[in-house]
Amino acid sequence: MNAVTEHSEFSLPGIRCAGCIAKIEDGLARTPGITAVRVNFTTKRVAIDHRAGIGPQSLREMIGNLGFVAEPINIEAVEDSNRAESRVLLKALGVAGFAAMNIMLLSVSIWSGADGATRQMFHWLSALIAMPTVAYSGRPFFRSAWLALRHGRTNMDVPISIGVLIATALSLFETMTGGEHAYFDGAVSLIFFLLAGRYLDSAMRDRARDGADALLRQTAPGGIVLGDDQSSGWVSAGAMKPGMRLLVAAGERFAADGVVEQGESGVDRSLVTGESACVPVGIGSRVIAGTLNLVGPLTVRVTAAGPDTTIAGMARLMEAAGQGRSRYVRIADRAARYYAPAVHTLAITAFAGWMIAGAGWHQSLLIAVAVLIVTCPCALGLAVPVAQVVASGALMRRGLLVKDGSALERLAEADCVRFDKTGTLTLGRPTLIGDTIDDGWEASVALALARVSRHPLSQTLAAHLQESGVRPADIADVREIAGMGIEARCEGARVRLGKPDWAGAPVPTDEALACGFGIEGRAGHLLRFADRLRADSGDAIARLAAMGLDAVILSGDRYQAVAPVAEQLHVPAVFGMTPDDKVQAITRLGAAGRRVLMVGDGLNDGPALAAGHVSIAPSSASDVGQNAADIVFLGDSLWPVPIAVAAARRTMRIVRQNFALAIGYNILAVPLALMGLVTPLIAAIAMSTSSIIVIGNALRLTRCAR
Amino acid sequence: MSGIAVLIPIALFLGLGGLAAFFWSLSSGQFEDLDGAALRILIDEDKKEGEG
Repeated sequence: MNAVTEHSEFSLPGIRCAGCIAKIEDGLARTPGITAVRVNFTTKRVAIDHRAGIGPQSLREMIGNLGFVAEPINIEAVEDSNRAESRVLLKALGVAGFAAMNIMLLSVSIWSGADGATRQMFHWLSALIAMPTVAYSGRPFFRSAWLALRHGRTNMDVPISIGVLIATALSLFETMTGGEHAYFDGAVSLIFFLLAGRYLDSAMRDRARDGADALLRQTAPGGIVLGDDQSSGWVSAGAMKPGMRLLVAAGERFAADGVVEQGESGVDRSLVTGESACVPVGIGSRVIAGTLNLVGPLTVRVTAAGPDTTIAGMARLMEAAGQGRSRYVRIADRAARYYAPAVHTLAITAFAGWMIAGAGWHQSLLIAVAVLIVTCPCALGLAVPVAQVVASGALMRRGLLVKDGSALERLAEADCVRFDKTGTLTLGRPTLIGDTIDDGWEASVALALARVSRHPLSQTLAAHLQESGVRPADIADVREIAGMGIEARCEGARVRLGKPDWAGAPVPTDEALACGFGIEGRAGHLLRFADRLRADSGDAIARLAAMGLDAVILSGDRYQAVAPVAEQLHVPAVFGMTPDDKVQAITRLGAAGRRVLMVGDGLNDGPALAAGHVSIAPSSASDVGQNAADIVFLGDSLWPVPIAVAAARRTMRIVRQNFALAIGYNILAVPLALMGLVTPLIAAIAMSTSSIIVIGNALRLTRCAR
Repeated sequence: MSGIAVLIPIALFLGLGGLAAFFWSLSSGQFEDLDGAALRILIDEDKKEGEG
């Protein structure tokens, strides 16, 4: 019937319940041309199969008509490779689990006294199960160990791989020569335990990343381009060229950098500055891709598109700044640097010692392998991932999304903190201060007017009035007058919301953001707004100071805007900084041996967030900020920042305890192994107990984010 | 011994069956949307008009 079907995906940050799923799936499925709709609640996305004729813009409107905000997603996004990693680990885990259970079953009967032909058969069966399992499920470890060795480094996977491979090879030899002990069970259950830790780690990061992605505000994937003959058509952002004329309606994002040719409007540049004040633009003004056109339609001559836009340039700066971080060596790998050589020397010494004592090469080799298996870092390999998974889960329940695996390790090391001002210490959006409208009828008229406009001050006013229980009045003849405000008629009187003098309100005496509201024949109201500090900024900074992190504000804003905030919080501040200045300030601190925690939100903070030892961004941040940050926090409070630092430090304390427990167990078990007393049974019991102890200790972190 | 010769293949076969089922469910996307699956059970199939 329909020849070509296309596949589109949209992000749906607003879905909350089963009703939302049903509403979207039923609503879209009834539309002609759409063949399949599937909502994924975990990733907050909808996947749509539709006829090629339906464009993303109309699909987006259809979802909008159902009452949901949808943002198109570029399907070939990078994150799919991360999902694939979890899936490979899960498959390997499934195979290892099957093998470990069956081999254990056979081993139990050997330990209970099966001998002769039965033991021989059981060994062979175990070998048949274990060999393919080690080859399949061991790959993640072998690959990572090989990569490390090739670069002349060692990590935790090197002793793991050597231990598993030698244990399997020796057990196979034992089986072929009819020997008494085979360690297949040990090798396979080691792989199983370690894979479990690694899968949990990877799955937790996927979840955090999904959560952060769902919040992202996308840059416009394209826009309406005017042809020379006044025809117009939709062109994707990647296909735009300088010189094209772009038509941008109110409420749309610019898909490319350009200069306004026609029209007047206000632009929300929060993507770039993190501050959602309405910046007026007219003919000749420059606009930046990704910012939001608020008031009226604009025609824009494209000056830069695709990789040449300001945003893309910022992304490159960020990539360069983030390179230092990729050299970070995780704590488990740092431990492995000392652990692996020690263990391998011990095994070789044991072999040599027993040879000299005259035990024969076969028995000496058996003992050396027993040493390797007993010291194989099962608990050590679990110590870090389990603690981090439990801590990340606890933080997620407190509204903190940990996006990077090593973020908690780096956060625990931070010794100073640098804040951006706008949008980080402050809310980044105007809030009503001072007088509001007391008269019930006047308030309902004001709400009716404010609801119509996209101007940030109107939206704040509307939200404020709605929260205080005001119902909108009936208004007629609504007109938006560019540069002035909104006018309408209500019960015969002319009502206005906009510039104070135009609306008939007293003219403000200072520089504060303000708008006026006036009804013909009545006294006008002056409504004042300010970008307020986050409610508990002061307490949060004090707590950070108590933890030994000194705070400084790095702001791109003017002195007049920064000084009051710095004074109120008793924090030193540097003002008027460009993104480059911020990066340099942080790299200088890094070079001096300090470990900087950067907290920021705007596009201008992106490079600084990437340059910091570790970084945190609020969920209101620009998508560049959120991508660059290691941790994203939700909500209007700054309190999550000290909570994250405290939780990270507790996590590292537990990790170190786990290391101590794992090494302590080795100190008990190694002498037994050296004396040749460790049978496969003892190895299996010792390995499981140490793993369980380590996991149990890590579970104490469930309440670390209180 | 003859009992074992029957029982071990059965045990292995059952285990492999479980493993195959796990791989199938993984590749058919049943692990893609774990939170959504918990909510979908609440959707009424026979509802007439699509209201929340």
